[in-house]
This record gives sequence, C-alpha cells and structure tokens, in this order.
Amino acid sequence: MKLEINNAVCGYGSRRIIEDLSFVVESGEILCLLGPNGVGKTTLFKTILGFLKLQSGEILIDGNNIEKWPRNRLAKIIGYVPQAHTPPFPFNVLDVVIMGRTAHLGPFASPSKRDILIAEEALETLNVSFLKDRIYTEISGGERQMVLIARALTQKPDILVMDEPTANLDFGNQIKVLEQINRLSKSGLAVFMTTHFPNQAFLCSTKIIILQKNNEFKMGKVEEVITEETLKATYGIDVRITSVKNQNGENINACIPLLN
Amino acid sequence: MEDSKISEIEPLIKSKKYAARKFDKKWILLILSALLIATFAISFTLGRYAIPLSQLFEILFSKLFGFQATWDATIDTVLFKVRLPRLLAAISIGAALSLSGATYQGLFKNPMVSADILGASAGAGFGAAIGMLLSFDPMGIQLMSFAFGLGAVAITTIVSTIVGRGNDSTLLLVLTGMVVTSLFSSAIALIKYIADPDLKLREITFWLMGGLSAIRMSDLKIVLIPMVLGAVPLLLLRWRLNVLSFGDEEAQALGIDTSRLRLITIICSTLLTASTVSIGGIIGWVGLVIPHLARMLVGPNYSILLPTSLLVGGLYLLIVDNVARCMFAMEIPLGILTSVIGAPFFIYLLMHGKRGWV
Repeated sequence: MKLEINNAVCGYGSRRIIEDLSFVVESGEILCLLGPNGVGKTTLFKTILGFLKLQSGEILIDGNNIEKWPRNRLAKIIGYVPQAHTPPFPFNVLDVVIMGRTAHLGPFASPSKRDILIAEEALETLNVSFLKDRIYTEISGGERQMVLIARALTQKPDILVMDEPTANLDFGNQIKVLEQINRLSKSGLAVFMTTHFPNQAFLCSTKIIILQKNNEFKMGKVEEVITEETLKATYGIDVRITSVKNQNGENINACIPLLN
Repeated sequence: MEDSKISEIEPLIKSKKYAARKFDKKWILLILSALLIATFAISFTLGRYAIPLSQLFEILFSKLFGFQATWDATIDTVLFKVRLPRLLAAISIGAALSLSGATYQGLFKNPMVSADILGASAGAGFGAAIGMLLSFDPMGIQLMSFAFGLGAVAITTIVSTIVGRGNDSTLLLVLTGMVVTSLFSSAIALIKYIADPDLKLREITFWLMGGLSAIRMSDLKIVLIPMVLGAVPLLLLRWRLNVLSFGDEEAQALGIDTSRLRLITIICSTLLTASTVSIGGIIGWVGLVIPHLARMLVGPNYSILLPTSLLVGGLYLLIVDNVARCMFAMEIPLGILTSVIGAPFFIYLLMHGKRGWV
C-alpha cells in the first residue's frame, strides 16, 4: 500500500498554509512529521484525512486519486488515531473499539459477533485486553490512547495516521506507545504521525519531514535531516546530537537541547 | 497447535460473556414493556369516573369476542372516546420527546441538550398561537403548529449553514437554534400581547402550558404518521449515533458521511418534536431528563439506549398525565407538572448518576 501526496496545497478557505508539498509513505514505513506550532501540521493532517479540501495537487492511494472517494471507502484504508479526548458519555471501552467497524457495516447494521472478535483481537494485539470492560472516560490518558489505536486497528486499515500519539502521556507510556507503533509498522502498516520530539523520530521513524516557517520543508532519512543546524533553523534553539548504543549494539541518535 | 486453538477459543468465550451482558440489558427492555402495558391497563381505570380493573377486563373481553354490551354507554364513551386516545397520546408524546432528546444529546455531544434545542417547540408554539388568534379549527391549529415547528428548524439549519460558510459546525447550529428559539418566543409574547385577553389570551396561554385533555382519536391518528416517520429511521440508525457523539472529524475518519447523517437525524427529531407540540402543547423536561434516566439504566450505547429511552419516556408521561388528571379536583396543565417533577428529578440524577461529561 502506498500513500502518495503530490504538490499538495493545503489551507482554510483562501488562506494557503502549506504549498507544494510532495511525499510518499509505503507499507512498513513510519513517516514522522516534525515542526513548530502553527506551521501547518494539523492542516496537512486534516487534508489527508479529508476533513479539509485539498486546494491543489493530488492525494493518491496505490495510484488512485482519493478526491471522490466516499468516506467509508477511505476509512477502510486509512485509520485515524486522534489525540485522546473525553467524550460526553461514559462508553464501555469495547464499545469504543467496535466503532472502528463502522466503515465495514451497513448503515442500519449493528456490530455482529465477528466485529466484536475483531475488536477484542485489536485490544489483544496492543496487550490491553484488561481494559475491555472498563469505562472509557475513567481510564488513564495512556490507556485511552491505546484504546484509540485499537479502534483504528479495528478498521483493518493499511495506513495509520496518528496525531501526536504521545501527547499528554507520561514518559513510560510514551515509550510504550512508540514500541507499539514500531511493531505495527513491522507488521506491514504504513504509519504517518506527528510529534514534537525529535528523539521520538530517532527512535522509530524511517523517514521524516520537517516543516519550517515560510513554507520550507526538509525530508529524507532521519539521521540526514535532523541535524543541529536544522533544529536551530526550525525551532531557534541550540541542540547537540549525540549517539548511544542500544542493547543490540546499534547506534541510536539523541538530541539534547542546550539552555542559555 | 494446542496454543493456537486456545487463542482462538479464548476470545470466543470472552465475546460470549460480552454478548451475555448485552442480553441482560435486553431483559430491561422486556421488563419496561411489561411495566408499560400494566400501567396502561391501570391508567384506564383511573379518573373521575373510576372503573374497576375487573370490569375493564370484562369489557375488553366482550369487545374482543363481539359479545353484547352489558355495560352503560357512558362507560364506553369514557373508556374509548376519552381515555384511550389520551393514554395513547401520553405514551407516544413521552416516547417521541425522549427519543428526539436522546438523539440530540449524542448529535451535539452534550448531555444538557433537549428535544427543543433547534427551535422546534418555540416554532410550533408560535404556529399554534397564530392559529388560535385567527380562530382556526382544532385541526388547523394542529397543522399550523406542526408546520411552524418544522419551519423553525429549517430556518436554524439554513442560517447556520450560511453563517458557517460550508463548514458544518454543531456549535453554530446550537447557537443559531438559541437565537431562533428566542425569536419565536418573543413572537409568541407579541401575539399574547395583542390577543383578546378574555378569550384568545386564555386559550393560547392554556395551550402553551401543555395538556392532553382535548385530544381526540382522529387527531392522534394523523399525528402518528410523522411520529413513525421520525422514529423508525432513528431506531434503524441508532448504532451510528454512538460514532457521531465522538465528534465530526472522528466520525468521518471512521467512515460516516456526517453531514448526511446529521441532516437525517435533525429531520427525524424535528418531526417527532413538532408532532408532540401540535397535539399536546409544550411539554418540557421530558426530552432532557428521560435520556439521562435511560442512560443510568442501560449505559450510553445507543443500540440499547434509544429503545430504552422510548419505553421509559412513554411510561413516564403516562404516569405524569395520570397525576395531572387525577390528583386534584382541577386538572393541572401537563407542561407545568413535567417541569415541577423534572427539575428536582434532574438534580437527583446529577447527584447520583455516573457522569461522563465532567
């Protein structure tokens, strides 16, 4: 499965926020989107998911333009993991996860036993089956994030789009979510995610796009794109990039900000 | 091999447990239906002209098998011309308001929302007031009320679309609904102000307080058509309402055409609300309180919440209307009673309910 963005122009109404951006994500890849606040990460996201109209350019899935696709066709291919928020009603966790089946069900249908099994399987994949009978509004932020990932997996998508999947999570939960993202991509999903932390990109992304102010972007392999100079230019701060070895003896880069 | 078998069976067992819990909840529907039928039978015997339950069964039995009437003709009138339409109206109005309230609470992601949020009640009240001012017959008043109820919601929807310039926002819809409601309420006040205080003003005021004393079978038969037209699609689409309550973007990402589903639910809810006002006047609080009570009973999943709301709403208004007509020598307007009961009851729910929204 291949998601291809060609010469995209995104924005609200007549305001153009992103101009002429092109990139590709394929099965097994994790593409991280990095950039300062207000640079258009969310705008790009909303455009890919079809919440905003693409102003110019095209979005292709395996070479097919998705512009005219109905919602449920897109939802069978792209699973969206939003930032966890609290819905107004105390839904059961399993009920929330089953909502991922919406695109696969007819308009008047309720989920069948098979849909329940798929939802339980998704929770199992993420090792959070114990949450199944809990109340979604009463579990922790990290658990809620896992439930939303499970819901997206229940869509049986080929591409996962994640909006800051580690936002508002404690350090341990951040890493647990990253581990799951890595596992999912190894199982063949294409992942497109935003993050505020270059270190997370070092830990799991195979590709990166950095959006900078004035509509400039850099993209490519993580080690090549995330440099001390680029981060200075992007965020206006001084950082040092160093390298440590992991348990397999591989080099892992890390960036450390320097305070003035 | 052994392992994989276990891992296949285990989720099956788990899902059976899940299904079993769902089944428990289905029992609640059965119990509520039984309660509704029992209350319906008892309500027949209540009233200024009391008829014992045994005699009621005797009459029903004779009617069913075409036996000769052995009872007073007055009893026949009281039972089938006065009480039957009234009880049926109470049930259908309570059910309709609760259904539409529960739907709106999900649609607007807000548990404080009620069936009249987009102006249906105020519009319908205004239509009826004009009908009475112009001395229309009861059927004409009913029709005016229904038409203006639909019109008010149409105005809300169109204005909020224009203001939002294509971005369909539910918040904008609610705000526009408030404006339209307030506008129609002022218009009602204006009509009251210019109406003849001895005749028209009395009639309008009384009508607006809500009540079922004037209901005839013929009125009920007509209004049941839009009620069924509104209720059936909502009940069919009920599982999708869950997804809608997570917000537009998430619902879209999960594969729902939100603009279309929202339009359908608004049309259906409006048909329900406008129908109730056209025959029963403005009966407040039912559409707000009953969905909460139902949610306490069966949880927020619309698959079961919507039918539960329908039954609880019907049962509730049937009981309240019994109180309205039997408690005192003079009949109390139903709308006043639902507020007097509904407001403190709502506070009770707030104190004891499981609240997901705080």
